[in-house]
Amino acid sequence: MHKDLRGTHLSKKAFDNNEISTTLGDPHAYYEWDTGMGIGRFLQGLKEGRIWGTHCDTCKRTVTPPRVFCELCFSKNITWRELKTTGTVNTFSLCYVNWDATLIKEPHISAVIEVDGTSPRVGFLHLLNEVDPQKVCIGMKVEAVFKDEKERMGDITDIKYWRPL
Amino acid sequence: MSKVGIVSAGMTKFIRRAQETPKELAFEAAKAALDAAGMTLDDIDCVIHGTAPEAFDGIHMKGEYLSDASGGWNKPYIRCYVGGGTGVFAPIHGWLHIASGMFETALVVCEEKMSSCQPHPQGAFLTIFDNLIERPLKPNLLWIFAMEMNRYMNTYGISVRDIAHVSVKNKANALLHPAAQLGAEVTVDDVVNSPIMAWPVHRLMVSPPSDGACAVVLASEKKAKKITNKPVWIKGVGWNLDTSYWTNRDLAYPEYVEKAARMAYDMAGIREPRKEINIVEPYDPFAYKELHHLEGLLLADRGKAPELAIQGISARTGNMPVCPSGGLLGVGNPIAAAGLMKVCELFWQLREEAGARQVPGLPKTGLAQAWGDLMQVGTVIVVGRD
Repeated sequence: MHKDLRGTHLSKKAFDNNEISTTLGDPHAYYEWDTGMGIGRFLQGLKEGRIWGTHCDTCKRTVTPPRVFCELCFSKNITWRELKTTGTVNTFSLCYVNWDATLIKEPHISAVIEVDGTSPRVGFLHLLNEVDPQKVCIGMKVEAVFKDEKERMGDITDIKYWRPL
Repeated sequence: MSKVGIVSAGMTKFIRRAQETPKELAFEAAKAALDAAGMTLDDIDCVIHGTAPEAFDGIHMKGEYLSDASGGWNKPYIRCYVGGGTGVFAPIHGWLHIASGMFETALVVCEEKMSSCQPHPQGAFLTIFDNLIERPLKPNLLWIFAMEMNRYMNTYGISVRDIAHVSVKNKANALLHPAAQLGAEVTVDDVVNSPIMAWPVHRLMVSPPSDGACAVVLASEKKAKKITNKPVWIKGVGWNLDTSYWTNRDLAYPEYVEKAARMAYDMAGIREPRKEINIVEPYDPFAYKELHHLEGLLLADRGKAPELAIQGISARTGNMPVCPSGGLLGVGNPIAAAGLMKVCELFWQLREEAGARQVPGLPKTGLAQAWGDLMQVGTVIVVGRD
């Protein structure tokens, strides 16, 4: 394998000297996603300041985000349950970079939050704020901070973030 | 079921930005594998292509786009794709084709050119998050790795420093790999003092975006023995998919990897993997993932994998070499090609053709594993000299 290894490295210098040939593309398609029966009702709940989950009557498991079928027993034995707007941090990160590799000074704090009333380890992704990043820890009790009622749109961002209880 | 052997392997360099197009990279790897076997495309019965999201190239139906460069025209051709798990899933597909008795030979090609995606290849990953309830939070790929790593560390009391040993080992191993992009001599201090990208992930714990391609030729037992006197046999294959609700999983332990490993071990007749597997190439896009996966593969107790690197057991000259290639952290991570690079490495190691990075002691059996989709798929292959 070693004697004839192919592949040509493009150097920064070659770009600076305009020696590189590229073409550009920029399709302008966009999407409009229907939120469906499960997430649709969940998002409507957020607009009302509530967090909904679903309980599988066969598996005895309560989950959020809710779903209209249980992927474990593959049934529709689902009951809707309103959950509390408090929870526990399952895990978190302090993120100092944007997706395009540019730097952020004050970190974004992402977290998996287990909402009170769900089965163990059933969390969803959201953000933490109103907290010293260095003081965030796994197991921290948190509460949802909703947007003002008139600003809510039935979107996951209707919860602005979660903060320590 | 027909026995299936790997009879040759080929790859390109792994490069941050290659001048070659995806097709040109795929062709170079495919041609290198054919040449190494002394074969031409006429000798190939079917072609399997592995490549990751269309979003990297901005080209829809990438399987079709890459079919000529993979030698797929006028042949039974299939593209397979399970995100980062693709590079091991593709040779598993090759195995399926031949073990079924339908074909005598298969060419397996994996290609990725990540660099076309501007301003940064990470952009291609933004659409893997749930479109209804995650993307509005503007997540990036680092989030989920950082949170999984944090959960793993917290569950078992593992430190960033413990995990840094993996980066040191793999980057040093890659110094001896002629195709490597990021071989380097770094210390544990260098790793823990490198910039924090997303706590607890530090810069030197992350594999780079890369361009590159790999290929292997597979053959039935009868054919393989005619092509080479040293075929490397596929002894076991396994794959398993967990729920796409990634926040509902036990982030400290990759159960789906264990299920895939057990499937492969059962098929290979391996009862004591820690004694029977001589070389391991687990998927290491992040330093902690090597450890996470070694535990899922049942090659270390839960929470104890860091000891392997700290004590030198997983060094190239240790009792159970892990990522002697240099892994994704050192050789590079052109997604689909990176997984197949691990299979190529086992092929060269078991034939004692790995040159300066040859693992001593005549290794007999090796395992390669890849991982991907939304942190939910495990793909495993066990190969051996007899």
